[in-house]
Amino acid sequence: MKLLFQMAACVCMAAGLPALAADHVIDQKGKTFSERTLTIKAGDFVIFKNSDDVTHNVYSASPNMKLDIGRQAPGHPVRVPFKNPGVVEIRCAIHPRMRLTITVKK
Amino acid sequence: MRISYRGTRATVLAVVSVAVLGWGVYAGINHKSDIPRDYDRNAWKAKYTRPSSIPFPADNQFSKERELLGRTLFFDPRLSGSKITACATCHNPGLSWGDALPIAIGQGMKPLSRRTPTILNTAWSELLFWDGRAESLEEQALSPISAPKEMNQPLDRMIANVSSIPGYQAMFHSAYPGEAITPKTVARAIATFERTVVSGQAPFDDWVSGRESAISEAAKKGFDLFNTKAACQKCHGGWNFTDDGFHDVGLADDDLGRGVELPLASMQHAFKTPTLRNVDVRGPYMHNGSERSLADVIELYDQGGRKKRPSLAPEVVPLHLTAQEKANLIAFLKTLTSHDKPVEIPVLPR
Repeated sequence: MKLLFQMAACVCMAAGLPALAADHVIDQKGKTFSERTLTIKAGDFVIFKNSDDVTHNVYSASPNMKLDIGRQAPGHPVRVPFKNPGVVEIRCAIHPRMRLTITVKK
Repeated sequence: MRISYRGTRATVLAVVSVAVLGWGVYAGINHKSDIPRDYDRNAWKAKYTRPSSIPFPADNQFSKERELLGRTLFFDPRLSGSKITACATCHNPGLSWGDALPIAIGQGMKPLSRRTPTILNTAWSELLFWDGRAESLEEQALSPISAPKEMNQPLDRMIANVSSIPGYQAMFHSAYPGEAITPKTVARAIATFERTVVSGQAPFDDWVSGRESAISEAAKKGFDLFNTKAACQKCHGGWNFTDDGFHDVGLADDDLGRGVELPLASMQHAFKTPTLRNVDVRGPYMHNGSERSLADVIELYDQGGRKKRPSLAPEVVPLHLTAQEKANLIAFLKTLTSHDKPVEIPVLPR
């Protein structure tokens, strides 16, 4: 699958087409996000993994992106698109110490 | 051929033992209990080591003058509208900084809606109040003073009263030089004092530090259960025995808790996980005081909560604990109580 994505990206570049959206992985482990900050491009995806043995609930109340992925059981990744440029403050509703700032660039 | 009885018994025992051991290996558990075979008690103990210092925010660092001012304000009933209710009225140091009531009593002796939480170890808290509506101790400190149902004193009047007491002026000048007596300085002083209210060294801490005889064998087994079969650590892990998180644990009331502040599906009926430090002397329990004893609380969790609703935390599931396991858990929880020196009540300025 990864090879297919790489081949598609090469074809797009060769044809002068916009690059494919990228996937960025953020893990939740030890009741913390694997990164404090993340910079991505509009249209990219963030895959939220849960490597803990407890439920998490990623959400954002930022003006440019309201998000609630609901309860996320251990071992079940969730892929989220970030379409709009801006700063998105990500939290876990269940564990308020968990904080992540995602900067979405044009 | 004759086979001796003794030999037969030994053979049967061997077969049974191998079978039991085999089942234990198959099931991934210790054959003597439900403790996982790979459970490492010492590794778990290391996760409960006490911190070496109290965290203070950069914009409100500790000083003796600030602590004394905050302590004095905390015990001063003149901050309230009635002049008879202090912060310490509900957060009584003789009752582990709570009031031992199922539901707090407020202005006019009228009951409030929730139990008084302890202020023990709030220096490490992320969000304050059962519903997490305050971001910091500084923000939290003013809320009960001005709440009409609690201390019922508008902040401007509180400041006027405090400012009119000559003894306070020198104390504020020493604690916050160059700053006026304002709600902000009152809040910062009270928050500084509250951060110093820390549960002391308990028998459990002595055990974690290496004194093996500090707690009983039953308590040690309770600790093992806490981390494994009973899964208490999922929300009550770490030295302060709380994840500072919010969970619906299945209590049968209609209080939406965190769900009012943060209206997500998972936050309905969710309340802040309290510390378990000094827990056996802090009953009754839960946000609504509905559980009278630790045994009642363990029964609640053993049943997987009483109210099964969509917001019930997935971690709250039936545990199938035996009577002995419940007793071991209680024995463990009792080791979390520290025997601290009496709290010094300040002489209030006039």
